[in-house]
Amino acid sequence: MFINAIQEIFSHAFMVRALITGLFISVTAAVVGVSLVLKRYSMIGDGLSHVGFGALAVSTALGFAPLAVAVPVVIIAAFFLLRLSNSAKLKGDAAIALISTASLAIGVLAVSLSGTNADLNSYLFGSIIAVSKPDMYLSVALSVIVGAIYVVLYNRIFSVTFDEEFTTATGANTGAYNMLIAISTAITVVLGMRVMGALLISSLIIFPCLTAMRVFKTYKGVMLCSCVLAAFTFFAGLVASFMLKTPTGATIVLVNLVAYLVFYAVGKLRAGVLR
Amino acid sequence: MIACENVSFAYDGVVVLSDLSFNINKGDYVCVVGENGSGKSTLIKGILGLKSPIKGSIAFEGMDKRDIGYLPQSAQMSSDFPSSVNEAVLSGRLNSMGKRAFFDKKDKQEAKKAMELMDIYDIRGKSFGELSGGQRQRVLLARALCSAKKLLVLDEPAAALDPKASYEMYQLVKRINDEMGITILMVSHDCRSAIEFASHILHLGRTRYFYGLKEDYIESDIGKNYLCIWGCEHHVH
Repeated sequence: MFINAIQEIFSHAFMVRALITGLFISVTAAVVGVSLVLKRYSMIGDGLSHVGFGALAVSTALGFAPLAVAVPVVIIAAFFLLRLSNSAKLKGDAAIALISTASLAIGVLAVSLSGTNADLNSYLFGSIIAVSKPDMYLSVALSVIVGAIYVVLYNRIFSVTFDEEFTTATGANTGAYNMLIAISTAITVVLGMRVMGALLISSLIIFPCLTAMRVFKTYKGVMLCSCVLAAFTFFAGLVASFMLKTPTGATIVLVNLVAYLVFYAVGKLRAGVLR
Repeated sequence: MIACENVSFAYDGVVVLSDLSFNINKGDYVCVVGENGSGKSTLIKGILGLKSPIKGSIAFEGMDKRDIGYLPQSAQMSSDFPSSVNEAVLSGRLNSMGKRAFFDKKDKQEAKKAMELMDIYDIRGKSFGELSGGQRQRVLLARALCSAKKLLVLDEPAAALDPKASYEMYQLVKRINDEMGITILMVSHDCRSAIEFASHILHLGRTRYFYGLKEDYIESDIGKNYLCIWGCEHHVH
């Protein structure tokens, strides 16, 4: 009966597109998320999603191709936010909050002023119907590129994340790796917004890593577990939202929360047993 | 190997070191001593390229940054970072990788050798965050060994260790200096170990500096004074 339900769900072409796009994006987001969470840059992911919302809304209102505008704008914002959070003088987290709320406000104004077919809800909370075929191809292609970069630079990104000072002192160009992490985050955030919405995309980035860290204590373990978790929670959330007729993005976040609580309990039990 | 000429450092306009000049030669064991706030760690950061001097120059001869191993002060590491001992030590081989994407056999062998020397090979699968302070320090020293081809820089390597473990740490560093011919630059509070193991002393005082052979330092006014304050004079001979 469950198999039948799954078959029925994915007989809709838009659901297949949402599934393929979402799986690629959520696994990419998880991979990028591990370095963001461990470098304590989680707020940057969140800030970028709001900037992305503003950029999408403005470009739609002005009649430009949304992704073509949003991707470069968010990449520039990523450079900027990274610089802010690295500088000790400025209050980095306050500046990020400022930029993200301002972007949100600009986006909301742009949507309401243009007033045409732009749907505020789908920007903020995502819409699986919004995923067009070109969106899907672009998402898959960019996900594969970001994923490949993370595989090739796996050891270097580990070292930059684990101990940036050591990595710089022993001759690596850590600034370049930080930029790469920022650009990858920007790309992932903009792509993920179509499915998850601006308000929920950062959960795709943060949850899998935090959940995996409850049980796994090595970098490789956390990395692999995050990817599996991201794929599983996306799939489960998508199916559940279709069957229960609930909003997709919010359902996926809730599935992630449940997974986190389960892993938390397993981690606690394990620590208790070992003690 | 390292030539510092008239270097000065400042934080927010406040000068912490001014007009310091010295040369470190291959095979030296240099111990940097001095009171808190005298700029020891700042100097280390300058040599490692983590902080730029406001004046003067620091030049490497016959080596570059990829020949350096660095042991930071342990307090900076976060304890919930997921990393095995093996992963942490292997990351020291990064500066030997060139354009390769992954570690090869030689990298893994070097990491194994470093872990065996530090007596942490048995716990290589353990999580770094769950180790004791002393074990962590050994892991980070193993990582530093993996990346040190010519110079090993240590910032308070014994700060988190009990007296016995710190003595072992100093002995290990001496062995690295003797057996592998790696130049040592170490910041230390512990003047006993400085006097016992170092070949050269760099003393950073608030008003004056000393740089030279350990034997000369012991005879100098600044040296006598410092060793007396710390009750180390009877360790001299």
